[in-house]
Amino acid sequence: MATIPANEGFDAHHDAHDHDHDHKPGFFARWFMSTNHKDIGTLYLIFAIFAGIIGGAVSGIMRAELAEPGIQYLGWWTNLLGGNAADFNATLHMWNVLITAHGLIMVFFMVMPAIIGGFGNWFVPIMIGAPDMAFPRMNNVSFWLTFVGFCSLMFSAFVPGGTGMGAGTGWTVYAPLSTSGSVGPAVDFAIFSLHLSGAGSILGAVNFITTIFNMRAPGMTLHKMPLFVWSVLVTAFLLLLALPVLAAAITMLLTDRNFGTTFFDPAGGGDPVLYQHLFWFFGHPEVYIMILPGFGIISQIISTFSKKPVFGYLGMAYAMVAIGVVGFIVWAHHMYTTGLDVNTKMYFTAATMVIAVPTGIKIFSWIATMWGGSLEFKSPMVWALGFIFLFTVGGVTGVVLANGGVDDNLHDTYYVVAHFHYVLSLGAVTSLFAGFYYWFPKMSGRMHSEFLSHLQFWVFFVGVNLIFFPMHFLGVQGMPRRYPDYALAYSYWNKIASIGYVIMAVSIVIFFINILYAFLAGKKAEANYWGEGATTLEWTLSSPPPFHQFETLPVIDDAAHAH
Amino acid sequence: MSLADTARSMGKAFRTFGVAAALTFGTQAMAAAPAAPVAAEAAAPVAAAPAAAASDSAAPAVAAEAAPVDKGYYTPMQPTAGKGQPVDKGWTFQDQYSPIGEEGLWMHDVILMPIIVAISILVLVLLLVVMAKFNKRANPVASKTSHNTLIEVIWTLVPVLILVVIAVPSIRLLAHQYDPAPKGALTVKVTGYQWYWGYTYPDNGGFEVISNMLPDEDAVKNGEPAQLAVDNRMVVPAGEPIRIQTIGSDVIHAFAVPSLWFKLDAVPGRINEKVLFIKEPGVYYGQCSELCGARHGYMPIAVEALPRDKFEAWVKTQPGGTVEAAPAAPAA
Repeated sequence: MATIPANEGFDAHHDAHDHDHDHKPGFFARWFMSTNHKDIGTLYLIFAIFAGIIGGAVSGIMRAELAEPGIQYLGWWTNLLGGNAADFNATLHMWNVLITAHGLIMVFFMVMPAIIGGFGNWFVPIMIGAPDMAFPRMNNVSFWLTFVGFCSLMFSAFVPGGTGMGAGTGWTVYAPLSTSGSVGPAVDFAIFSLHLSGAGSILGAVNFITTIFNMRAPGMTLHKMPLFVWSVLVTAFLLLLALPVLAAAITMLLTDRNFGTTFFDPAGGGDPVLYQHLFWFFGHPEVYIMILPGFGIISQIISTFSKKPVFGYLGMAYAMVAIGVVGFIVWAHHMYTTGLDVNTKMYFTAATMVIAVPTGIKIFSWIATMWGGSLEFKSPMVWALGFIFLFTVGGVTGVVLANGGVDDNLHDTYYVVAHFHYVLSLGAVTSLFAGFYYWFPKMSGRMHSEFLSHLQFWVFFVGVNLIFFPMHFLGVQGMPRRYPDYALAYSYWNKIASIGYVIMAVSIVIFFINILYAFLAGKKAEANYWGEGATTLEWTLSSPPPFHQFETLPVIDDAAHAH
Repeated sequence: MSLADTARSMGKAFRTFGVAAALTFGTQAMAAAPAAPVAAEAAAPVAAAPAAAASDSAAPAVAAEAAPVDKGYYTPMQPTAGKGQPVDKGWTFQDQYSPIGEEGLWMHDVILMPIIVAISILVLVLLLVVMAKFNKRANPVASKTSHNTLIEVIWTLVPVLILVVIAVPSIRLLAHQYDPAPKGALTVKVTGYQWYWGYTYPDNGGFEVISNMLPDEDAVKNGEPAQLAVDNRMVVPAGEPIRIQTIGSDVIHAFAVPSLWFKLDAVPGRINEKVLFIKEPGVYYGQCSELCGARHGYMPIAVEALPRDKFEAWVKTQPGGTVEAAPAAPAA
């Protein structure tokens, strides 16, 4: 990698096309040593789709297993991954490997790379009128760290992890299950995977903060930035402050596992609950890391298709800042049953409920943006409308769970699973699809099929609600999370959820058909294919934008691009 | 490990002395036994002989003495369908059988549910209105409104008020959950193991009941729900506060019974404590609720609440009911 100038593919036509700003490096240099924010964004998106297929397939295996009571397919999967299905513990361990893989893949290798690495890289520089990110080489490092982290996680499934092959600790990697409870290298590789992708994210956060603070075009003041840029800025700060805490916690896990320390082992004076505090100090901001850029995307889309500026721009921007700040002081609501004392529990109950206020401001501001607008129900808008409703449903169950006294019954049940899938799988992922259809023609230069996009929305909407709404019922009835088998009474709603999965899977097939259609038969996309409502800077560029944009910086006057 | 072994063998000793004392001095002495282990120890050798001799008078108690393996006068209670267990196609909370459960259920059904349903419907209706009134056909020219301070203040303050309405009963519920157990309340120590539960009764001689999941066929044969039935239940008295202490012996487990609104982590290295009050006799099922390894889903919880006298009768079966205790009694 140190020999870049000597590489044949790189800058091969340097002399001939010195002044041509749109010349591209050769294939290897362009995609493996990329320093171009759009190419890196594309890499992130492709990677996220790939990881999403794997993470989604894992959830398919889980829903198949849960469709009926009893253990049906786990043994087969255990054998496939080189485990010993004759050992019932190894078979059940496989279940824990699946839930762990699903959680880690979807959080660290699907949602985050897509929403921050993908859309953030692609559109933050363009929206602020910058030619690229502040640290293009570091940008490339971020991506490849994430990629290698994913490889490490995949590898962990094929090495021993205690009772079976792979890391079966849950995505939370709680000690002592992850230390003394999981012998073998699998958990070490899973932890290493978090280290790598975490380092990648920290570098990415540094890059975004620097870019947004220093590379805005003349006239692009902070209070004129599009809300998507605001959302990525707040997210970058959350990443920068939260991920090092995760890194510390999992490093302590590693030393507890391998070097005889006892941070989380009571026999040596440690405390398992300390790990949970550290993990959730990261983990709670993490859920906002996944949803805040989605908020930003939804704001852009709602404004575009209402042909109106965002209502209450400053309120929207600072609501995100408030969510980010408060997000750091509510972590122990994930730990209500660990034996917190009464005052701690009361504080975290109250603090958690406070988050509903800025979130409510956002929901109402989106509706107010549409109020008086001239709405066009193009594909991104339909997804955005779906997002608002689904996120509201996920949000209000969050208010229920915020109550420590009520959470005593609901903690670690399917109610929690339903809640966080409504805000993430139906919230963040819906915003991802909304953003994808909003920007796909801009990135690819080809229009997707509006019909297929709408069709995908409705199939997806029915599917995910069938999967996750019944989980509320399972939760209040007491079904615990992370169970491969269940009492007969739970079978009805589990069956429905599994049927919902099949419907959701069909919607993903429609999504790929749509992409295929766009590349094979899609119309060429104009610069501003959404029309008058689309006012941010990416719509001033061709679709796809030139390899390097804004070599002459755009000047933002007071009237244009403002809120 | 050695510490735990010591504790367990101490428990066994306690169990022997406790029963001996109970037979001699009655229930009062039994309650006092753990408080004065030295006295019990001294009394035990003497007490054991008359207890064995007086086999005619106290019929049930003696049956256990004479045939220690036999559980003669404790018959596991038949669970009632729909009580203390999930119901088919159920979509509400399980019926609650503890005061905290009733308050928690009230909190959810009366305070939270109406509010969250109303908010969701409000947002849905607003979305539908916007879609109907302000689509391109109905409203071809968009307004330019982008600020309205009054409405922004309203939609900030109204949610704050709603949250205050939620917070007051929520905090009260929390405070009630932390009401300490009264002096003299029965203590049951719940230990989570990979992958079964241990229930120790320090007030009743310190014996430990080991509770494993029943295979599905056995559960069904017993008329119990599969995946929830266990071989040895945690038996407790109904209608009185019980001090539950949880601890994990290897990894973190969580002791949870949905119909009693009870969930408390069993963490290695610390004892968590909480009061459990079961209003009426019954069998209440729960499941481990913290991922604890391969058989996390295979260590259910069954709590059987009995009237005080039947609970005491059950306690008396316990030492004799274990294989290790039988030789211990004659030796004493």
